Amino acid sequence: MGAFKMSKKDIYMLGIETSCDETAAAVVKNGTEIVSNVVASQIESHKRFGGVVPEIASRHHVEQITVVLEEALEKSNCAWDDIDAIAVTEGPGLVGALLIGVNAAKALAFAKGKPLVGVHHIAGHIYANRLEREFEFPLIALIVSGGHTELVYMKEHGIYEVIGQTRDDAAGEAYDKVARMLKLPYPGGPQIDRLAAKGQESIDFPRAWLEDDSYDFSFSGLKSAVINTIHNAKQRGVELSPEDIAASFQASVVEVLTTKTVRAAKEYGAKQVIVAGGVAANSGLRQSLEREFAQLDVPLLIPPLSLCTDNAAMIAAAGTISFEKGKRSGMDLNANPGLELI
Amino acid sequence: MYILAIDTSNQVLGVSILKENEIIGEFITNLPKNHSVRLMPAIERLMKEVNVTPKQLERIVVAKGPGSYTGVRIGLTTAKTLAWTLGIPIVGVSSLQVLAYQGRFFPASICPFFDARRGLVFTGLYQWNGTALELVADEKNLEMEAWLIELAEKKEQVLFLSPDIDIHREQIQKIMGNLAVIPEGPFHYANPSHLALAGSQMDTANVHQLTPNYLRMAEAEANWLKSQKESK
Ligand SMILES: [Zn+2]
Repeated sequence: MGAFKMSKKDIYMLGIETSCDETAAAVVKNGTEIVSNVVASQIESHKRFGGVVPEIASRHHVEQITVVLEEALEKSNCAWDDIDAIAVTEGPGLVGALLIGVNAAKALAFAKGKPLVGVHHIAGHIYANRLEREFEFPLIALIVSGGHTELVYMKEHGIYEVIGQTRDDAAGEAYDKVARMLKLPYPGGPQIDRLAAKGQESIDFPRAWLEDDSYDFSFSGLKSAVINTIHNAKQRGVELSPEDIAASFQASVVEVLTTKTVRAAKEYGAKQVIVAGGVAANSGLRQSLEREFAQLDVPLLIPPLSLCTDNAAMIAAAGTISFEKGKRSGMDLNANPGLELI
Repeated sequence: MYILAIDTSNQVLGVSILKENEIIGEFITNLPKNHSVRLMPAIERLMKEVNVTPKQLERIVVAKGPGSYTGVRIGLTTAKTLAWTLGIPIVGVSSLQVLAYQGRFFPASICPFFDARRGLVFTGLYQWNGTALELVADEKNLEMEAWLIELAEKKEQVLFLSPDIDIHREQIQKIMGNLAVIPEGPFHYANPSHLALAGSQMDTANVHQLTPNYLRMAEAEANWLKSQKESK
């Protein structure tokens, strides 16, 4: 196996990601090494609306796509001949946003006669970690972002089994809503994390454990509890410290995420635990997971901040695995906003 | 010189290939089907049929709207990426201008339009002057009723061209009476060969800077600007 790998030609994958509010392109070597990684963020534009507006996101994507592709290719120092294939996020995400990446990828693949590989966005988030360290199986991945809260079991490369997911709001969504209640600017996640570090866990917010054996999540009850607490305090004329609200809210989210991830890692005999998605940047969550997994002696992989949020290197990395397994997409590839992870 | 023209800005999906000044192939459907799924296979099939490879293309022409926002972006993204990858010039042509080609021999004003819902239309006014198609009134997004009253005041014949003609036919005839000229079905659909022809003669655009011709701000942006003004 080792000798076979050594003799194999390097694979250079061009990745494209436009599922939400980042227009991104990247070149990745062998699924493990970033050659170039360009992200044009739209956060500044969406800030004034307090969240991502799909139509505005699509408009930015079409304006940025060739600019970002050009920069990614130039920075990689690759010629088209060096690129082996094109990987693109086909879903899930905002349909109008996904369409820009998908159609750009198809045009590239056609113009240059390159194979095309459609990639699941969450598979991308998981594989962001492989750009830092090689995977060891079986592994458990916790994906937490504005759109997702999922526990995924992987027994080998490219095979995903979703063992738990949110039944209502994603963790990142709850963060954004609570941030809005506290009148914090968008995006709210990092703001709450910052406040929480200064506050005390003085309010006992609920933890949604659901059924004993369930790995599913639920954050809408917690969100309502926070809203009610703020509301009641205001009616009684009591001033609650935003730092304490943030700390108490974050403690609830982090405890549930940590406990379920630890239980899954034990049950599935994980040799590695991976954290991915925008909320992986949360310092409270990082600390809690690091503490628990240090005790269990299970290696914990959390990508650096720049790879936690949406980027195309992660799509190229996940796409490389699919490509090696022989997956190919046709010229009829479509954006699939509700794509399942399998 | 081969030119590839792409139009997915409205319900018509059109692709054509122009060689020198001759159309050597054209693909066109008028179906409420997904442009994203069907565009590249249509391009691939047509190019194979006429035996042209991507490397032989020397220019990409795209209908840049107005029309369906998503449709416009599918065409533009595909066209921009093709042009950038192949390192060839790109031209964006107004979808209304392409439609006005269907009135090539009409001696007076031509009003191409697309329905924009809630009584609104995307429209403009064109006129043929010899072989040149001239823009007589700027393209805009406005209420059809107000636009028709404005046109009627000129007391001149106007040719109406639109895939959405049936939505507005009654109102056009009510306000314009005999001044309105409305042709048969097939004349109301943009033809990708006309797009290629128009684009073959126009100045090329910077590929990164070519943007859709939406003619309308995104709703969220319009509301935001309104709220900014009110709070001042
Ligand atoms: Zn993401």
